Amino acid sequence: MKLSREEVKHIAMLSRLELKEEEIEKFQEQLSKILDFVEKLNELNTDGIDPKFQIIPPQKVLREDIPGLSLPSEKTFKNAPETDGKFFIVPKVVKK
Amino acid sequence: MELLNKPLRELSRLIREKEIKPSELLEELLDRVKSTEPKLNAYITVCEEEAVKRAEIADREIEKLSEDEVPELFGIPISIKDNINVENVRMTCASKMLENFISPYDATVVKKLKEKGAIVVGKNNLDEFAMGSSTETSYFGPTRNPWDLERVPGGSSGGSAAAVAARSAIASLGSDTGGSIRQPAALCGVVGLKPTYGRVSRFGLTAFASSLDQIGPITKNVEDAAYLLNVISGQDAKDATSARVPVPDFLAGLNNEVKGLRAGLPKEYFVEGIEPEVKEKVLEAVKKLESLGVKVEEISLPHTEYAVETYYIIAPAEASSNLGRFDGVRYTYRAKDYKGLVDMFCKTRSEGFGDEVKRRIMIGTYTLSAGYYDAYYLKAQKVRTLIYQDFERAFESVDFIVTPTSPTTAFKLGEKTADPIKMYLSDIFTIAVNLAGLPAISIPCGFDEKGLPIGLQIIGKAFDEGTILNVANVLEKELNVNNLPKL
Repeated sequence: MKLSREEVKHIAMLSRLELKEEEIEKFQEQLSKILDFVEKLNELNTDGIDPKFQIIPPQKVLREDIPGLSLPSEKTFKNAPETDGKFFIVPKVVKK
Repeated sequence: MELLNKPLRELSRLIREKEIKPSELLEELLDRVKSTEPKLNAYITVCEEEAVKRAEIADREIEKLSEDEVPELFGIPISIKDNINVENVRMTCASKMLENFISPYDATVVKKLKEKGAIVVGKNNLDEFAMGSSTETSYFGPTRNPWDLERVPGGSSGGSAAAVAARSAIASLGSDTGGSIRQPAALCGVVGLKPTYGRVSRFGLTAFASSLDQIGPITKNVEDAAYLLNVISGQDAKDATSARVPVPDFLAGLNNEVKGLRAGLPKEYFVEGIEPEVKEKVLEAVKKLESLGVKVEEISLPHTEYAVETYYIIAPAEASSNLGRFDGVRYTYRAKDYKGLVDMFCKTRSEGFGDEVKRRIMIGTYTLSAGYYDAYYLKAQKVRTLIYQDFERAFESVDFIVTPTSPTTAFKLGEKTADPIKMYLSDIFTIAVNLAGLPAISIPCGFDEKGLPIGLQIIGKAFDEGTILNVANVLEKELNVNNLPKL
């Protein structure tokens, strides 16, 4: 299966990645090859087989609701590229 | 060097009996790191200042304690793969995206090591976000194999395995999503254990593929691996997938009793494509087991040939979701020039991620997208069931399974980087284990003609690390393979 240039650009957009012109061609070839590679699974008939999303059986994970300390905010914001110490600052998303 | 060549358990005894001081051990280790790093590049960060400070404190503290009171890992320097959080230490995941990220807390495994007195000495190199089989996708440059500097150490925990082999680490914790502990352990001639999914808390491990990831030890010998598994195992309220199952004493379980155990040799793992010397050495080791009273039988895991394909749908799908968090808002890196929010996301991610990470995010995004989900993702999860059932059936008649860890010994740098699929196939013998959530260990079992180490993999039943550690320990003593490279 060969992905088109447009498809690669669309996947990149969904992935929030921006590809340079020369990258589009490279990824077009590589992603197509990978998709061809995994096609092999279609040799198998999987009708009536349940998917195994999780390997260990579901277990009871509820616990008592005991209040505890969470990460202090100065630690939380320490790695923020832009912050005022109370909020993460992002580019403006609402129009005036 | 004599000191650093000793296993962790031995060093711990020397410290507890006050034959050596924590600071002496650390000094020797840091000297070794300094002399080997220009050749290996096994560390991204060395926490010299902090470690020295802690060792000095340990020197003073130990004076006040009797031998029995000294915690078991007291003063032992341990290195950690750089995708596991160590509080106040930089964690890069070998990515430009996290070049300046400082961990706000300890991963549960790190907390447990520290509680036993261990000192974190540094953070080991890896493939970017643990995506790779050669440690060549690291933003900080590749790690080299101490047995041959022209060759890769395997991956993604290549820094951990290379450091343990070169004695620039006493032991290390790695992570294994499709073979990332076992394959580098095999290629570097050390021991690598991937525990059962759920045995060890993943809290504080940077998520790559959450249904497959597991943390485990990389060590000089099996006993050290069993001991570290004792320390890091157990249910954790901070990881809902950590299992509520009892943790046996794995060290006490090393009883050298293997007589009467049943080993399975899956015929699908000894096929064409595997280097003849790898096959030969693994089968020689199996003969040894037979001579010790292990019953060996051929078994079949018929869906083996679909494992890599299944993995390369499931792992990228989970990765594309997990890596969505790196958006330029919370995790240090943000592009400089952008127009608006979405453009900021796109530019940040395009500049911050390397090619392999981008490939996997895009594959995952594609296979999860509307119209393709059933054909790819759901299909792969169904095949995963078949792979799981293969093992279930096999374990009705055997207690453990023996295979090569990797079809080849260490390959040359650059040999597989141009062709992603060629690289993906280096994990052909390790991937099914993650898909089925099982425990497996790789131990050295000999060398090829080039003098490169060969790894043997032992796969166990879920939560039966005890059996595979016991068998590995017996085999290790029986084979007595040199594990010290000339560097």
